[in-house]
Amino acid sequence: MSADSALSVENLSVEFRTRSGIVRALENVSFSVAKGETIAIVGESGSGKSVTAYAVMGILDPAGRITAGRAMLGGLDLIAAKPRQLAQVRGRQIAMIFQNPRTALNPIRPVGRQIADVLTRHGGISRRAAPAAAVEMLRAVGITDPARRAKAYPFEMSGGMCQRVMIAIALAAKPSLLIADEPTTGLDVTTQAVIMDLIGDLARDLGMATIFITHDLALAGQRSARIVVMHAGHVVEAAPTQELFANARHPYTAELIAATPDSATSLDALAAIPGSLPDLRRTDLPQCRYSERCPRRKDICAQPLPRAAPGAAHMVACWNPLPEQSMRGAKMSAA
Amino acid sequence: MTALLDVADVSKQFTVGGTEGPWTRFKRRFSGGPENLPKVHAVDDVSFVIDKGETVGLVGESGCGKSTLVRALTRLIDVSDGKIKLGSRELSRKTARVFARDPDRARIQMVFQDAGDSINPRFTSFDAIADPLRRLRKLRGRKLRERVETVASQCGLPLELLPRFPHQLSGGQRARVGIARAIAVGPDLLVLDEPTAALDVSVQVVILQLLQRLKHEFGMSYLFVSHDLSVVRLLCDRVLVMYLGKIVESGPAAEVFAHPLHPYTQALVAAVPRMHENSRQRLRLTGEPMSPIDPDPNVCRFYGRCPRSADACKASMPALRPFGSRLVACHFAEEFLPRP
Repeated sequence: MSADSALSVENLSVEFRTRSGIVRALENVSFSVAKGETIAIVGESGSGKSVTAYAVMGILDPAGRITAGRAMLGGLDLIAAKPRQLAQVRGRQIAMIFQNPRTALNPIRPVGRQIADVLTRHGGISRRAAPAAAVEMLRAVGITDPARRAKAYPFEMSGGMCQRVMIAIALAAKPSLLIADEPTTGLDVTTQAVIMDLIGDLARDLGMATIFITHDLALAGQRSARIVVMHAGHVVEAAPTQELFANARHPYTAELIAATPDSATSLDALAAIPGSLPDLRRTDLPQCRYSERCPRRKDICAQPLPRAAPGAAHMVACWNPLPEQSMRGAKMSAA
Repeated sequence: MTALLDVADVSKQFTVGGTEGPWTRFKRRFSGGPENLPKVHAVDDVSFVIDKGETVGLVGESGCGKSTLVRALTRLIDVSDGKIKLGSRELSRKTARVFARDPDRARIQMVFQDAGDSINPRFTSFDAIADPLRRLRKLRGRKLRERVETVASQCGLPLELLPRFPHQLSGGQRARVGIARAIAVGPDLLVLDEPTAALDVSVQVVILQLLQRLKHEFGMSYLFVSHDLSVVRLLCDRVLVMYLGKIVESGPAAEVFAHPLHPYTQALVAAVPRMHENSRQRLRLTGEPMSPIDPDPNVCRFYGRCPRSADACKASMPALRPFGSRLVACHFAEEFLPRP
């Protein structure tokens, strides 16, 4: 790993044991975030986006088991770290925002006190000074009348305000890495825009790296410098945002872009992705988990996936990727 | 075009603290309490028309009264005031309970948000689709089975899935059951409450295209409720923008999204994420909407959050005014007209 990365995940594999068999939820997932960089992990439900985040944070369900891989945060491997080490790091260096703020917050504790808890535990602030500091945090995330709101319980606040409180809790100890798992799903678009602005502004001010998990390709495109596309527990493509949209090489990425209603001019111009995710409990999962849905499948796809050159800006896990955009143009003019 | 649904001045208020009978009202007044309990104005003086074969989008943030309006139109709840006409028939005078047995019940059907939650978990797909046919069309036996199988295949639901329960189906399949159930009785108006909100984009495309096809095949009208403007733009002919119980702008979808005239619509359009646009437009709504409990009838509902707020906005409530093919409720809409 390079010295300037905030987090580097290498060959992470996760399995879940269930009554109906072993679910191979992640396989050889690798990506890294540079310090201060915002990346997005994009994929449909079941692609392993959230499992990746949970595995890195060490909050995987007890049925889940990490079978291989490392997650390097500075010099510390989060996967091999002991619970006590993890407790030192979580909240202080790495923090997380969850999808549903109403269920993630403690329903029987005023929000100001929940922020104060983090401040005293991780922020190095005395118990006496914490309540006032919590009010300041609420002000920083744009809550009007923060002194009164600090005494409110989560059920007394709107979804957008609860999400602001979550952000205040996550950022209380000024972490160097923030993982935001679908932070605006279920919020209105107007609120979504404000919350995403807030996360972006705070990340810039604190020089914080952000991993932003979403199923919304348009939102990811607007808010991140780099996009990692996941499908059925594999990273299929990773590239700088503009490069990915202009020059998607993996067939799945191209289909995902074509299915996003944002850029289409009519409903007929949208293309559905044929097939569905393979059952991850199968023992005969193909090497490329997209191959059974893929229009570009060849015999070579049965081989183990090609390894990306380390440090490559644009990574594609495909034996028969779409040609580069410049090449596509050349082909068309030739024909 | 002939109007299929004509909604005139519909209002719906909810009393805060539950309903009260004559005796409790007498006690409250006798002990010096207020004349009337405070009321939430969920839908306030809403009028619009849906033509035959038209798709109308209804957008607005959560809590703006979309669902209350939709429930009133589909006659699941009673309105406080106003008229709802379906074709030539006035519906608002019939209570929701009576209307449930009415022959016209079949003409307005609804597709709910999350098919996983809105289908009885103890009903198989067959039962779910057959239920409205049994109740409203009195079909039984072989005729019932034939009709269920016809609509299921029209909605792209494989017949072998009919004996399955909702939890045995994927999200897309459940959405198809929800749609099949709604169109089984052959409605004229289909009200769709965020039918694709719970679906992944790849499945969403298929469902939207299915809805488009069904509309053309059966000549239904749609009222499409959604907060996803990029979907509304693709599916709808006309759009209604709602804010705190009032319609603030309406007009052809393409026009409204290209040149929004009401400041709220402008903020809404600016907030939609776009793939190829990294620069952030700085039109953002600050603060929270005002309380819907007994709002001042002379203050614009958007006052305080609106970037264009002026004294006129708290002196009188702006009424809907025509601008070409559009209606806009803002004192300053002229300022936002595109320069000729």
